Amino acid sequence: MSPATEKTPSAVFLRGIWEENPVLIQLLGLCPALAVTNTVENAIAMSVATTFVLVGSSSIVSLIKRWVPAQVRISTYIMIIATFVTIVDLSMGAVAPGASRALGAFVPLIVVNCMILGRQEAFASKNPLGFSVLDALGVSAGFWIALLILGGVRELLGAGTLLGVQVMPVAWEPWVIMILPPGGFLTLGVVLLLMGWWTERGEETEEAVQPRRWPQGVRTEQPAGRVRAGSGGSDGTDRTGGRH
Amino acid sequence: MENLAYVFFSAALINNFVLAYFVGLCPFFGVSNRVSTAIRMGGAVVFVMTLTSLAVSFLNAYVLPAAPYLRLISYIVVIASLVQIVEITIKKVSPTLFRQLGVFLPLITTNCAILYLALFQHARGYDFLEGLFFALGAGAGFTLALFLMASLRERAELADVPSAARSMGLAMIIAASLSMAFMGFAGLFSS
Repeated sequence: MSPATEKTPSAVFLRGIWEENPVLIQLLGLCPALAVTNTVENAIAMSVATTFVLVGSSSIVSLIKRWVPAQVRISTYIMIIATFVTIVDLSMGAVAPGASRALGAFVPLIVVNCMILGRQEAFASKNPLGFSVLDALGVSAGFWIALLILGGVRELLGAGTLLGVQVMPVAWEPWVIMILPPGGFLTLGVVLLLMGWWTERGEETEEAVQPRRWPQGVRTEQPAGRVRAGSGGSDGTDRTGGRH
Repeated sequence: MENLAYVFFSAALINNFVLAYFVGLCPFFGVSNRVSTAIRMGGAVVFVMTLTSLAVSFLNAYVLPAAPYLRLISYIVVIASLVQIVEITIKKVSPTLFRQLGVFLPLITTNCAILYLALFQHARGYDFLEGLFFALGAGAGFTLALFLMASLRERAELADVPSAARSMGLAMIIAASLSMAFMGFAGLFSS
């Protein structure tokens, strides 16, 4: 818990990757996360575009925060985001027409990605430029991880390939459902269930420790508290280590 | 007229915004806890979608041919101000309805389904009337999906599921089965 409140550069960056992962924990930006993750290639293209928009708009919002009146701040943020999305949309059409066609309307839809507006409102509008860029990069990295997990699982099971390269044995019968819309919901559902199970398992072991220490710790409350905080902390690092 | 019916049912069932295109997922998972709120949200979305479609027809015809690169920005500005106007009007005309809609109206601004509707209407080259039916169909499909989801989640709340599934995981699996069921509509219109 403590890293969330600390404001060191590394804490600001790392928080977005796991503890406040935009897709897997906060369930923000689900539309692009599910719609374009039928192949890894699309997932990467969407992540690149989103990272550019998020970092760009976070820096601008952080720079002009002093001159934006509170009543019109949301519209201002949306205009800034829309400008960056227009840049991405037009340059993607020129530089990578294939990716632009594959993503279709989902590039313009980055404007209404609640994850981006959320970062402006919750962080960039209150913090200096450096921290805002770090925060945007951290959240983007979290977005990358979530999209790569979803895109990887769906392409592997749905087409037997990864980035277009055949990975599964030729005899593998592709689960076509995985690259169709239901596969997106299904994959994210299974990932969330696994994460719920994992978190719960951590809490259970924490509880299992607690009663055993309780009789000794009843009189002096401090040791019990310290044990709990310690196990929670180590659990947190375990979780991060296990995932990457 | 057959064409308009096709546009309506295609947007509502076959290409359901939520279950086939993955747009408008935030309200789909956010306000699908209760059937009553789900229906209210659906009504608000139908209303704003219809107005948006009219505004987009107007913009496409008179404003955007002069400056196509401003498409995205003008759509989002129009949607945001439209929602604001609707909010002020309802507040003045019917305070009861305003209280009932509550936080849902401003939330619609960031509902990607509305912007998607605007972009799609342009991409498919729908004219005024087709656009109107497209908006009504998309709104009806959104409301239907939201209603089904809310009903299922109200049931699931009483079910004895493992506590790990009490999070959004279960809702995702429910959405997956709904989405699978809606794939069956693909055969509705055989040419």
